[in-house]
Amino acid sequence: MADSAVHDIPSVYEPSLFGTYSKKIGMWLFLLSDSLTFGALLYAYSYGRISTEGWPTPFHSESIVNATIMTAFLLTSSLTMVLAVRASVHGDARGQRLWLLATMLCGTGFIVLHGREWSNLIAEGLTLPMFPKVPGHEAATEFMNVSKTVPQFAATFFGLTGMHMLHVTLGVIYLGVVALRRKFIPILLVLWLVAWLGTPVYSPFHYGAHVLLIAAIVCGIILWLKPKVYDSSDVEVAGLYWHFVDLVWMFIFPLVYLMSAKILH
Amino acid sequence: MDTIQQALAERAAEQQRHHGKALFFWVWGALLVMTAIEVYLTYQNMQPGKMLTILLGLSFVKAALIIGYFMHLKYEVSRMKWLTMCSVVGCLILMTIFFFPDAFRILYLGVK
Repeated sequence: MADSAVHDIPSVYEPSLFGTYSKKIGMWLFLLSDSLTFGALLYAYSYGRISTEGWPTPFHSESIVNATIMTAFLLTSSLTMVLAVRASVHGDARGQRLWLLATMLCGTGFIVLHGREWSNLIAEGLTLPMFPKVPGHEAATEFMNVSKTVPQFAATFFGLTGMHMLHVTLGVIYLGVVALRRKFIPILLVLWLVAWLGTPVYSPFHYGAHVLLIAAIVCGIILWLKPKVYDSSDVEVAGLYWHFVDLVWMFIFPLVYLMSAKILH
Repeated sequence: MDTIQQALAERAAEQQRHHGKALFFWVWGALLVMTAIEVYLTYQNMQPGKMLTILLGLSFVKAALIIGYFMHLKYEVSRMKWLTMCSVVGCLILMTIFFFPDAFRILYLGVK
């Protein structure tokens, strides 16, 4: 009698279509849809490049070195992330937290280097009409000419790399919540204040910093409504997101930076 | 999480307990080496078409390593591997078919 009652509940005995738990399948489905977002942006960049005469190749060796170090940061963060997942499945809570923090550190390094590069490019004249004017940079520069003659370059460059930087930022916040839970909210608020007050008003990061405030509010609501200790499955799902961010950069780096490197003969 | 979800999560965790650390370090090293090769090739004055082909080829190899080993897709059931990869590759092929003939046509006609 008891057995027949149990058999009537399909959720207990119904096999999983993909042989794994729902959270992981949900994350994979999200990543597939997100890959199409980045696919569309990469195609837009490539389309613009092919169809526009005189596409610039403005990246000097300093930019290429900077982007290479950023790539190394992301690849290393993927290694530390996989070690965090490994620690979590072995029940090593301390190791899990340390590797997650190491991953966040590498991710933050990537964001800082990318932010610095953006600031340099904007200061040299590569800009979008929506960005505030940088005071004292009225003289014509190579990048200013690029912005005027091939506006598609700045639009696709900032659109593509900005979307990726947003994903990395959200990834660091996601890992921070998994690693530190409620303790991460005040850290996030401090980071928001530092980013907001520490950047000049003409920098796009002065306004972009509010992403951290919005994230702090959203994470606060989630942690207040559903407080929980994150287990190995949560760490693995967070890891899938993080590796995806790394994966996307493996296409942005050669297509946007290496193919637009300035080669001096 | 209900019982079946917990059992599935525990099975996934059990599979991952058997993965050695060394494998992940090898994959990481291979990814770094391929990145270094990409940067080296950038300064070799190659034809843009040839360079793009090589760079994209290396990017696909790097993507396969990340998806297979770091994202553990290699260890998932084959139904999951095929459905996820075929769907995304199919969509990207459709994008290629829609976008690129037009981009080359504009180039051929000249930009006014």
